[in-house]
Amino acid sequence: MTMNVLLFLVSCVLTNNYIFSKFLGCCPFLGVSSKVSTAASMGLAVTFVMTIASLFAYMVNAWVLVPLHLEFMQTIAFILVIASLVQFVEMFLKKSMPAIYSALGIYLPLITTNCAVLGVATLNVNNAYGMLQSVLNGTFSALGFLLAIVLMAGVRERLETSKIPECMKGFPISLISAGLMAIAFLGFSGMV
Amino acid sequence: MSLILSTAPHIRTPHSTQRLMGNVLISLLPCVAAGIYFFGWAAALVLAVSTASAVLAEFVWQKLTHKTVRINDLSAAVTGLLIGLVVTPKAPWWMVMIASFFAIIIVKQLFGGLGDNFLNPALTARAVLLASWPAIMTTHVTPVDAVTSATPLAGYSATTMDLLLGKVPGAIGETCKIAILIGLAYLLITRTIRWEIPVFVVGSAAVMSLLLGMDVLTTVLSGGLLFGAVYMATDYVTSPMKRWSTLVYSIGVGVMIVLIRKFGAYPEGVTYAIMLMNICAPLFDRMFPDRKLYGHKKEAKA
Amino acid sequence: MEQKKSLGRIFMNGILTENPTFRLVLGCCPTMAVTTSAINGAGMGLAATFVLLFSNMVISAMRKVIPDKVRIPSFIVIICTFVTIVQLVLQAYVPSLYDSLGVFIPLIVVNCIILGRAEAFASKNPVVDSAVDGLGMGLGFTLSLTLIGCIRELIGSGSIFGIDLLGAAYQPMLLCILPAGGFLIFGLLLGIINFVGSRRRKAA
Repeated sequence: MTMNVLLFLVSCVLTNNYIFSKFLGCCPFLGVSSKVSTAASMGLAVTFVMTIASLFAYMVNAWVLVPLHLEFMQTIAFILVIASLVQFVEMFLKKSMPAIYSALGIYLPLITTNCAVLGVATLNVNNAYGMLQSVLNGTFSALGFLLAIVLMAGVRERLETSKIPECMKGFPISLISAGLMAIAFLGFSGMV
Repeated sequence: MSLILSTAPHIRTPHSTQRLMGNVLISLLPCVAAGIYFFGWAAALVLAVSTASAVLAEFVWQKLTHKTVRINDLSAAVTGLLIGLVVTPKAPWWMVMIASFFAIIIVKQLFGGLGDNFLNPALTARAVLLASWPAIMTTHVTPVDAVTSATPLAGYSATTMDLLLGKVPGAIGETCKIAILIGLAYLLITRTIRWEIPVFVVGSAAVMSLLLGMDVLTTVLSGGLLFGAVYMATDYVTSPMKRWSTLVYSIGVGVMIVLIRKFGAYPEGVTYAIMLMNICAPLFDRMFPDRKLYGHKKEAKA
Repeated sequence: MEQKKSLGRIFMNGILTENPTFRLVLGCCPTMAVTTSAINGAGMGLAATFVLLFSNMVISAMRKVIPDKVRIPSFIVIICTFVTIVQLVLQAYVPSLYDSLGVFIPLIVVNCIILGRAEAFASKNPVVDSAVDGLGMGLGFTLSLTLIGCIRELIGSGSIFGIDLLGAAYQPMLLCILPAGGFLIFGLLLGIINFVGSRRRKAA
């Protein structure tokens, strides 16, 4: 059991990284990765939301949609679950954990339209994961996102003073950096 | 917080870059000689094409972007020669050319040129070839009798002496360990590289292989471990600058090599291990804000 | 503020001036994920165009009815409806494309282009204009994805739309159809387009 969880962790974080092999969550990955500190906050916020979104999406799907034969409503149900969850989490954090809220607060609204969150909910159903596996998949995949965005921010901070050609500044060089990092992540292939 | 760059303190003027890169080139001569001796003129051709195309790529790019042409600093020549040394002698010329162009233009110049790349250009080029043409890249020629087989990591049995001398299949420059050790000695005597990185990479790989119950001597002497530890991991531009972060980086490389060899799909993990640690290097430098390895301070950029 | 634009201008806006992929860099996940071949790129683009066209029309028609406060959730529900239609249609009639686009079909819902056009254009403009805007933006997206798909397929498999172009002697560069190739090709294309753009501005 422990071994399986460990392998699943390696698979989600390294081998099948959401950014470097699945392209889920690229917008925040490219948009919020100019500084390590903000990147880490964004990554933690995503981890938080992806974990609970996986849980709630599983419950909605298994306990409501499937018994009622409404599977075709999946996407719409999931996006509503995610949007309301994010709202709820935001309110909850603001009231009871202001310290965390001030660190993560501004990222939460962005997460509603982060395709990694809807992506993990959909993939959990497509892969027919159980409740525990769905939640683990949510957390571990999000940790992979966290790793990717923090590494990216480290590299981008380094590039700040580089003499990058004018036309490559911004998005193009970030994409090239991400591509080169994805090549390095190929080293993890076959590990699971 | 002051912004700390992990660019080398050594690289200050084109002149001193030229001296350092010249030293690296000289130190590579034994490897080049051994490669040509074991793999014949095919290897010489690969090395010539890789070096020439890297220098050409640098020249053309600097001309086109109206920069000062700096091929005299020899850094492109070093990158090109290193690319030739880490590919199989079977590599067709066009593949070697693509690798050199990729290394110089995409990995180095697009980021601003020497000192601004965050990944080692030669290694990245090798990883590109491995991902693009895996069949060609993993077909190695056994020296002397020229039989095609996989690397020793993939089930080829060789004696320790064979491994030391380089009578095993592999990339052109990485098989003859004695040549690499001569090169290492030259680099250390001329103070071109720091001893910490090769020592800790090899040491941690040895310890890790012991922990996983693999043969220590075979681990250290097979594949590209030694070559990577001496010539790739020590790259000034892409390794961390400070004492503790350098140690963490080196140990990370050694551990990752063994883990990828043991658990990954690829028989050889040196390329990826060093690339992954190159990516982590800026973060390591942030995490361990102690003094710099040689106490130099980087001057502000104009 | 409200300038009457010709329909042709609105249409071309999406294809060139504000091309969602190359100018605004929106919706980059599918742009890189599904463009391993030209046909996948085109399929994804057309699916998004369909959603964009109809969601823009419906949102524009309902723009005076939807209260401002629940604007965004209402938009998402409308977009989601059309995404579900696309999903069911593709699953029934083009199952191979449905399989290769995979999770990225339901993810059209959170594609920033669609919500972005709803918010920036359809909620402020009449139905016909919004339809033309949706069509232009969608086709701009489709053309960009097809272009990236063609390049990646040509280098990575030696063919375009499955037609072998480079012959049997060509050794395909597999990297281009790996995820890393998606990042690299898209990054290089953006760089080239920026370069050409700045050249033309200088010349003008």
